[in-house]
Amino acid sequence: MGFVRQALTIAAKDLRSELRTKEAINASLAFSLVILVLFSFAFDPGNSEVNIQAVSGGLLWLVFSFAGALSLNRSFARELQNDCLDALIASPAPTGAVFTGKALANYALLMAVEIVSLGIFSVLYDVKVKEYFWPILLVMLLTTWAITVIGTLFSALTVNLRMREVMLPILTYPLLVPPLMAAIVLTTDLLGGTPLAKDTIWVRVLVAFDVVFSWLAVVFIDIVLVG
Amino acid sequence: MRERLMYLLAAAAAFLLTWNLYKIFFVLPITANVAAYQIVYFHVPAAFTALSGFFVALGASGLYLATGKFKYDEFAAAVTEVALAFATVNLITGSIWARYAWGIWWTWDARLTSMLTCWLIYAGYMILRRSIEEPTQRARLSAVLSILGCVDVGFVYKSIEWFRTQHPSPVLSIRDGGGMGPGMEAPIYWNFLGLACLSAILIIVRMRQEETAREIDSLRRMAHSY
Repeated sequence: MGFVRQALTIAAKDLRSELRTKEAINASLAFSLVILVLFSFAFDPGNSEVNIQAVSGGLLWLVFSFAGALSLNRSFARELQNDCLDALIASPAPTGAVFTGKALANYALLMAVEIVSLGIFSVLYDVKVKEYFWPILLVMLLTTWAITVIGTLFSALTVNLRMREVMLPILTYPLLVPPLMAAIVLTTDLLGGTPLAKDTIWVRVLVAFDVVFSWLAVVFIDIVLVG
Repeated sequence: MRERLMYLLAAAAAFLLTWNLYKIFFVLPITANVAAYQIVYFHVPAAFTALSGFFVALGASGLYLATGKFKYDEFAAAVTEVALAFATVNLITGSIWARYAWGIWWTWDARLTSMLTCWLIYAGYMILRRSIEEPTQRARLSAVLSILGCVDVGFVYKSIEWFRTQHPSPVLSIRDGGGMGPGMEAPIYWNFLGLACLSAILIIVRMRQEETAREIDSLRRMAHSY
């Protein structure tokens, strides 16, 4: 079996078990909904002087990264039961394929949660996303991959630690500063009506980050999981 | 041998730092227009020390992963800890200076934000080390984090610069220099040398601690196995 097929098999397995239990997806959807509601207390959305567009990028990406941390935490932790992680490592699939498969599954789940949250956000805060939906989707695709790669790698790195749930956000959020910043700038600008072509430098930051860290993750995952 | 090196470095650091203090306060002309500007002679070298420390830690972590020798891991841990201390010095001195010069403790300027993010990444490194007990696992995972962190610092540094240049805000530029004449830059480099000697001592002390800790740990394991 080639690398791609092995990765896809792992991804399909993860997605299947997630769709049967809906553990992570329900938790992160409910969580992002709660945060979206809480944000309305931080400023007054009904006040016409408040410019929601100016803060919408920041709000959205905070929600997405919180929801991401929640579901990414489970990615490798769910394999601890019945020593499934050892079985995965011992399987003929290389650790790179295991990592890629898990990353793909997380990516699909997180994207789904993000698209639903984006819809809820636009309804609750009266922000028009329709006009720039495709550019925003591109930004989401690029940034979510950055979150997923870093998150899945650190999900593997922290899987055996005592304070796993806390360690993942502590370690990943500072590392995610560049992509999140790029995403926040791009999303805010897009919602404010600035086309993507004006901010190409941020798109390049995202692409560069994705490429560099995907490569590093595949290189280091063997050291992290096996040693 | 190591002892003698330490005393030598201590003497060099003491001499350099005292000599620099003398120069900063008594020889160099006082620029009246920038308040408490002398702090810059420690603020900037502290940043140099911290950043070079993080790069050295990157190299040591790479060497550990390549060779599997614990001395590189101990070295990386010691260097990161000392560099983090100097990053803290840099942030605090900067904050004190900002209070005098700008009237605020903190501003979300590109440089301040990038140093803070860098600090957070390596603080995470220290927390990660604390939370793993098994030495091989600790060395392996923290080496990976150190390498990823250092690559990320490059991204943080560049992207925050773009962030602020695209969105100019009414904050003062941190690089206004404050009338830094050409003759006044030299103490910064001399102080950097002084602080580098000081950090070398701290690193040696810290490494010795790590070695002792590991030795005690293995003795304890041995005692338990009987």
